[in-house]
Amino acid sequence: METALPGVQGFLYPNEIELQWSVLIVLYPFITGLVAGAFILASLERVFNVQAVKPTYRLALLTALAFLLVAPLPLQLHLGHPERSLEMYLTPHTSSAMAMFGFIYLWYLMAVLLLEIWLDYRKEIVLRAQSTPGMLGWIYKLMTLGSYNISPQSLEIDDKVGKFITVVGIPSAFLLHGYVGFIFGSIKANPWWSTPMMPIVFLFSAIVSGIAAVLLVYMLISFIQGRKTDMACLDTTARYLLYAFLIDFGLEMLDLIHRIYEADESFKTLDFMVHTQLYTSQVLLQIIFGTIVPIGLLALVQLISLSEAARKGIYVISGLLTLVGIFAMRWNVVIGGQLFSKSFLGYTTYKMEFATREGLLPTIILMLLPFAILWALVKLLPPWQDEAGHSHSS
Amino acid sequence: MTSKSDRREFLRKSSKFLLLSGAASVAYASVAEGQPEKAPNYRMHDHWWGMVIDIDLCIGCGNCVRADKAENGVPLGPKYFRTWVERYHIPPGDLQHPEKEELPVVDSENGGFDGFKEKYKKGDGSKNFFVPKLCNQCSHSPCTQVCPVGATFESPDGVVLVDREYCLGCRYCIHACPYGCRYLHPETETADKCSLCYHRIVRGLTTACCEACPTGARRLVDLKDPNDPVHEFLKMHKVHVLKPQMATGAKVYYNALDGSVR
Repeated sequence: METALPGVQGFLYPNEIELQWSVLIVLYPFITGLVAGAFILASLERVFNVQAVKPTYRLALLTALAFLLVAPLPLQLHLGHPERSLEMYLTPHTSSAMAMFGFIYLWYLMAVLLLEIWLDYRKEIVLRAQSTPGMLGWIYKLMTLGSYNISPQSLEIDDKVGKFITVVGIPSAFLLHGYVGFIFGSIKANPWWSTPMMPIVFLFSAIVSGIAAVLLVYMLISFIQGRKTDMACLDTTARYLLYAFLIDFGLEMLDLIHRIYEADESFKTLDFMVHTQLYTSQVLLQIIFGTIVPIGLLALVQLISLSEAARKGIYVISGLLTLVGIFAMRWNVVIGGQLFSKSFLGYTTYKMEFATREGLLPTIILMLLPFAILWALVKLLPPWQDEAGHSHSS
Repeated sequence: MTSKSDRREFLRKSSKFLLLSGAASVAYASVAEGQPEKAPNYRMHDHWWGMVIDIDLCIGCGNCVRADKAENGVPLGPKYFRTWVERYHIPPGDLQHPEKEELPVVDSENGGFDGFKEKYKKGDGSKNFFVPKLCNQCSHSPCTQVCPVGATFESPDGVVLVDREYCLGCRYCIHACPYGCRYLHPETETADKCSLCYHRIVRGLTTACCEACPTGARRLVDLKDPNDPVHEFLKMHKVHVLKPQMATGAKVYYNALDGSVR
């Protein structure tokens, strides 16, 4: 094979030399996945009445909101004409998966997440609106949306409606991230993306990443606030993480085995890519360190009895590895899908820039932004109540 | 003397008026302005545009690539093309072991803009040919399907166009095209692709690439025009479209297309 341009191996259609979707587009499904996963974890408590994960219920909702608010930003930053992005809502092209995703996003944000959080916190918002002075008081007053009725009957209605929204919310969360998978999976031109497995793989990896994120955030906030972590909650959450992970890994392996066995015209090209350019991110980071090791660690907790400190250590390590692995998975899909030519005759490379519009720096900022939002949300709407039934104010 | 001169003047002016009236005067004005004539009678529904490319006639001169870049303001350099030319070199394979068949060696330095330097020797048992590429003007175009705002659309006369005043620059269409025919224009930051020289064909002209092709390897065809020689050509030749498995309804037909071309 010949090399004509730096970073290019073999033959690519000339327009393919430059990658179109950068690390920002990697960030986008990663963040959306955290949202969907966190919400599904929260729903477990509400709908299936799993008492053990109750301490993470509100935290999971706030985490989902913090990440959901940031989710469109990497896309916005990536567009050639961000000022025209509203056209996607005003004049949507109905056959476009991307256009329809805009509406799913809005539905999920406005009709599910914001409403559920508002109903769940309404009583506290009203109490705080009445007792907090100054600017903060005005924020709470605004958040009441003018409704100060917190009679038992009214709260009972809130609870019923909240439960209904959660029930609607679960398929919505499935839709939210499954649909992200469809955006990639429906591109028939790209054999690395085009598979009906994509939505379901995206969904389960989302659940995995969301549970891992909530687990870590819960331990981190408890640590910062000096609160005792609820071990039963941690153990149960970690167990769910393991189950979700096993399904996710099973699905991904199914996809892999299917590709290897079928070995269609694209196989040689994709196989070569996985063994060269994607080796570190796919084989090492995603499969070995991001999946097999955390699954092994989480399974170990189920098999042998370990001390509380050891379990916590395992949860931190496996949680972090999980997030790295899922990020690597998004990277391998988005970047990997652009490294080979659709002629199957060559490869290009992705050079990440640093302080440019689509570089590493904005990516890091966008990844930290949800944590800043979450910090503000936790201050504004504390997720835990103390013994007396009042919210713990930190 | 005066009356004679007046009469002569009158005759000169009136004959000029008669000669240059109607279509003639319009044409004269256009020629004087250096513009092709307007096409007020162009009706989109009367046409269905496509192209026929004869691989055997392409000599890889790169005229089409240069003409296209000049006509359509395509950025120079090796990353942006509305049309380009690929050179295929197929080494002699081991026919008893087709599974070990060597991949074709393809090159397209600067998209063939500068032509191709002689590289392969005659009589070495290899097969060598050029393949001009451009947007296939698909009638079920995947790029149109995925555009979130409809900035990419299929015109009623069968040309896939991009509205650069409307395109978001999300690049979903670039990924959706199986043939690599799209790029993001670095100045407008919108998707760009071959428009089949739409501004020319509605005025009755052919595309810049076809006009510049010295061998007639590329021919603009109107598949709705019963008098277009394309119908006879398609009947008499074994033609193929690129990647038919993609089912995009491609309308760029290749004559003598080798199975190795992707």
